[in-house]
Amino acid sequence: MTAPARPFRVFRTTAFKLALGLLGVFVLTAVFALGYVLWQSNRLIHAQIAETVNTEVQSLSREYEGGGVLRLAQEVEKRGRQPGSFLYLLTAPNGLPIAGNVGDLPPGALDKAGQNEIPYARRGETRRASSLASVRVVLLPNGFRLLVGRDLAERGRFAAVLVRAVFGGTVLIVLLGLAGGLIVAQRVLRRIDIFTDKSRTIMAGDLSGRLPLAGTDDEFDRLAVATNAMLERIEGLMGEVRAVTDNIAHDLKTPLTRLRNNAEEALRTAESPDDYRLALEKVIDESDGMIGIFNAILLIARVEAGMAREIMQPLDAAELVEGMAELYEPVAEEGGVACRVAVQPELRVFGNRELLGQALANLLDNALKYAHVAADGTQGVVSITAERQGEHVLFAVADRGRGIAEADRNRALERFGRLEQSRSLPGSGLGLSLAAAIARLHGGELRLEDNAPGLRAVLVLPATLREDAH
Amino acid sequence: MRILLVEDDRDAAAYLIKALREAGHVADHAVDGEDGLGLAGEGIYDVLVVDRMLPRLDGLSFIGELRSRGDHTPTLILSALGQVDDRVAGLRAGGDDYLTKPYAFTELLARVEALARRSAPGTAEAVYEVGDLTLDRLSHTVKRAGQDIPLQPREFRLLEYLMRHAGQVVTRTMLLENVWDYHFDPQTNVIDVHVSRLRSKIDKGFESPLLHTIRGAGYMIRDGAR
Repeated sequence: MTAPARPFRVFRTTAFKLALGLLGVFVLTAVFALGYVLWQSNRLIHAQIAETVNTEVQSLSREYEGGGVLRLAQEVEKRGRQPGSFLYLLTAPNGLPIAGNVGDLPPGALDKAGQNEIPYARRGETRRASSLASVRVVLLPNGFRLLVGRDLAERGRFAAVLVRAVFGGTVLIVLLGLAGGLIVAQRVLRRIDIFTDKSRTIMAGDLSGRLPLAGTDDEFDRLAVATNAMLERIEGLMGEVRAVTDNIAHDLKTPLTRLRNNAEEALRTAESPDDYRLALEKVIDESDGMIGIFNAILLIARVEAGMAREIMQPLDAAELVEGMAELYEPVAEEGGVACRVAVQPELRVFGNRELLGQALANLLDNALKYAHVAADGTQGVVSITAERQGEHVLFAVADRGRGIAEADRNRALERFGRLEQSRSLPGSGLGLSLAAAIARLHGGELRLEDNAPGLRAVLVLPATLREDAH
Repeated sequence: MRILLVEDDRDAAAYLIKALREAGHVADHAVDGEDGLGLAGEGIYDVLVVDRMLPRLDGLSFIGELRSRGDHTPTLILSALGQVDDRVAGLRAGGDDYLTKPYAFTELLARVEALARRSAPGTAEAVYEVGDLTLDRLSHTVKRAGQDIPLQPREFRLLEYLMRHAGQVVTRTMLLENVWDYHFDPQTNVIDVHVSRLRSKIDKGFESPLLHTIRGAGYMIRDGAR
């Protein structure tokens, strides 16, 4: 199955949209920042122009003080002819110009002394609104007036340069951003496509498939690692389900076959009511065994699905373990197995007494089944201990039988994970997996350890300090 | 005794009614909760046996309704749901005992008879007597033919339960539930070993045994001489 070809797919990627969004924000920021720079530099230039005009006015004032209006007029005329000069205008008390290079001014421009910004024209030119000058008007004694000014075109040029820079920069940013966004989106899309294709093949049944890692330890690698871990678990569970189905079929077929054989045998050979009775009792026994297996399967399923916490309560674990030890001790002794019980007082756990009792009973059943086959030929011993270790309460049941090889321990915890060597012994093969499920329900675990010789099964449960563990 | 069975599965009900009658009881049948409430309202039953899943009014609501009417007839709940939390729900709803399907008829019969005995007056007597065996619940002493028999606390409770139900069959699961307070099926014969230890203490050296094994069912304490 391949994805239908979708043009411009890259534009719809999150990465591209993200790049676009970031680009927008960036352009806005750039425009704002450059605008601010423009405004500030404008102000600065303006202030500088006014400053130079003032300096010029002062210089001319000194001329005036030294040589009167005549000297001033000569100086103005001289300076006004120099290239790139200031703007000058000296007027007589009757308002007529005496000297200077300014031809035309708006009416009334010379009426008031001080700083101003006005349109102007040089001598011989016509006045345009665009020619602006920053001017200073000084009122001299006897009605003479002096205007000194500077063209503001410089400011306009600077602004134009800045605006061009802003515009050019923005265009460049937009182009680069778009290209970058496209490249990133393309890259992301490629990784996603790889993941999607792999997922499809996994869904199609290849459960052993895994997402490839780029080795860059980026977020895609992390996602792939997490997904692979999930696939690992799913594959494990699927394998378990398959094995369970096989084992259920196998383990139920055996008693069913026996049941059927017994019934057939009775029909063929039984002669007296007693014979029939015996055969029927066997049938009932076999059925009870199978019902037991089903009950265990159902209970495991129920426990694994998580039972309501309301069935749990604070428990005295010491009392629980002692009670179970007391229940099993006579059976052990009957089988020639010595029981050693060591329980620390005041052990508290939060849990369900019934389920924990069942888990312990399974461990004890299991230990007793193997304990009498003492590995070193001495008397069989089962030791039952309960103790606190840090944050945990440990219930341990240990025998000195032949134990379980380290490689087989995980399988022993699986449903129906009966090891070949024990298939001949009675039991559903569900005891340990039920105990493990119960341990998990309580937030703990079941550990199988080497008792050298024998098996040490440990129920590890979280200890509670407070009365209520919620 | 008179038993009302509330069960919608007609085959199962017919089998159970027949078996209860053969065991010497009077048994009536209601097919759903509403029907059952009508019959139970007559107040003539010693024990009610109620399936948990019923049409119209389910088993737990049926018991709740009954209890709210002040009717405390002992009730055994039958259910295909047999896990710890189901049992807790059943007993909280007002049931007195809980039995998971499929069950052995002997188990059901023993439990029904035990329930009827529970409600009978005079159950809380201080001294139980079976033949020449006496158990004093106040002084915690057991005597047979005037001779003191020392028992462990658990053995005492075991004997106490058996003697309270003297003349009735008591199953292994009933013993595990009532003496040890656990409701699971042990794979090994733990209960049998405890009973045989008790038997060796109370019957050994005496001419007539009192503690009997009932094949395919459980145990019974009974005065064999009578």
